[in-house]
Amino acid sequence: MSPQPKFVIKNLSFYYGGKRAIHDLSLDIAANEILSVIGPANSGVTTLLRALNRLGDLVPGARMEGEILMDGKSVYDPDVSVTELRRKIGMVFEVPTPLPMSIFDNVAYGPRLIGKANGKSVAESVERVLRKAALWDDVKDRLKTPAMSLSGGQQQRLCFARVLALDPEVVLLDRPCSGLDPISTAKIEESLSQLKEQYTIVVAPHNVQQAARISDRVAFMLTGSLIEENRNVEIFSRPKDQRTSDYVTGRFG
Amino acid sequence: MRISPRAGERIVKVLIWAAAMLVMAVLVFIVAYILAKGLHVIDWRFLASAPSNMGRSGGISTTIIGTLMVTVTAVVIAAPLGIGTAFYLAEYTRENFVTKIIRFSAESLAGIPSIVYGLFGLIFFVVYLDMRWSVLSGGLTLALMILPTVIRTSEEAIKAVPYIYREVSFSLGATKWQTIIKAVFPSALRGIANGILLSVGRCIAETAAVILTAGSTLRMPTSLFSPTRTMAVHFYILAREGISMENAYGTAALLIILIFLINVVANTLINRFVAKSR
Ligand SMILES: Nc1ncnc2c1ncn2[C@@H]1O[C@H](COP(=O)(O)OP(=O)(O)OP(=O)(O)O)[C@@H](O)[C@H]1O
Ligand SMILES: [Mg+2]
Repeated sequence: MSPQPKFVIKNLSFYYGGKRAIHDLSLDIAANEILSVIGPANSGVTTLLRALNRLGDLVPGARMEGEILMDGKSVYDPDVSVTELRRKIGMVFEVPTPLPMSIFDNVAYGPRLIGKANGKSVAESVERVLRKAALWDDVKDRLKTPAMSLSGGQQQRLCFARVLALDPEVVLLDRPCSGLDPISTAKIEESLSQLKEQYTIVVAPHNVQQAARISDRVAFMLTGSLIEENRNVEIFSRPKDQRTSDYVTGRFG
Repeated sequence: MRISPRAGERIVKVLIWAAAMLVMAVLVFIVAYILAKGLHVIDWRFLASAPSNMGRSGGISTTIIGTLMVTVTAVVIAAPLGIGTAFYLAEYTRENFVTKIIRFSAESLAGIPSIVYGLFGLIFFVVYLDMRWSVLSGGLTLALMILPTVIRTSEEAIKAVPYIYREVSFSLGATKWQTIIKAVFPSALRGIANGILLSVGRCIAETAAVILTAGSTLRMPTSLFSPTRTMAVHFYILAREGISMENAYGTAALLIILIFLINVVANTLINRFVAKSR
């Protein structure tokens, strides 16, 4: 494990109004690894992911306690720009979310926000990230067509490419494969394992098997608390906590 | 006697169909009647020459220009104000006292008869601000009249844009303003444009409010400060004073054609834009 973790989360609690969704959670996330955060419904997995890129800020009445450090610096530090932070921490949502514009414009959305609009270099980086997301061959002849015309799996790979176009350091994926066909799922999983050299990846897998396939480390959450975090093999072969063991063996979920 | 569900279904279907047909029939009848009475009056000379002898003879060119000037003035003023207000209400504030006041005012204003706007325009723009009967007075008055509609339809269109588009845009590093311009506005455009179109129609068709604020002269308007007579007012005066039913129907037919044309052209433009941004 690399010396300095990408994220250090210290005593994080997250509230929606009066309701607590995360309870005193501490966790280090190493750089260039794939961390899966697993847990049954309403464990707070999505809330945790959205706290990292400060998307949780947008929810009216939401409140956070504790600290999240990225590269040693609080994400709430006054001289951290939230737009810059979000560019460094890309996010793929649970449902495919193409914006109502062309395939090309979707991918170029992020780069254009910071004025990287000159034709050739944008076109090149669009191609590069579409290749990384295993979508280039599907769409290279119809970049100008609406993104909505793609299949669900293609849309999700497009969203993945759109995040890669930000040239992020971290990629968050919230159940990116729920509702996708097996082929798209396999393609996304494959690109993930290739990409961890470059990125830190935090994923909420859509089931325990997926977590076992793709992750270096696994964190198990239950009703807002972190129960256990460990290397992939440890979690699945020698869980320390009975609840982890029950969950990964499918006794509840 | 009891009716079987299947029979009930059929009866309801027939009733609904009949209602729709009735509405269609009334509409078609009105349009057909006016076009039948007025279409033959319309030719190039009618469009291009000024009215003479109170409108008994000659064309209606000055009233066409007057209508366009007043309507454009109203829309140019009301559209940015109304769309801006709608974005403020929908994106920049939570529900609070101020938004409630704004929304309540807009809703109340929407229910006021147009003649009341005319009276207000007469007292405030024409007399108090000394803008006289003019294109500007008329345009400002109509702007006030359509503002509530523009606000409400725009706000609805903005709120109909899925919330996730905003989240996606933010998650890609956009600022609030970038999100509004690049992700929300294009998706809301069709709804916003529909509200504006509706308002254009109302401006073109308005009589009471314009007759009190823009006047009813038949001279060609040459600036924002000239008085003018719109087509709807012209039609009203021709019919009301019994000057020329013939020319009144001609004017009415042209009004219908104009509104139809504006709708077709605007929809084509919007479709093209939306197709490009989709
Ligand atoms: N925007 C919100 N407003 C209020 N409560 C919320 C909001 N989002 C989540 N919650 C609540 O916070 C808790 C954790 O939700 P979260 O979505 O983080 O869980 P999750 O582990 O991602 O669940 P799921 O398996 O359903 O995706 C839940 O009880 C949920 O009801
Ligand atoms: Mg979730």
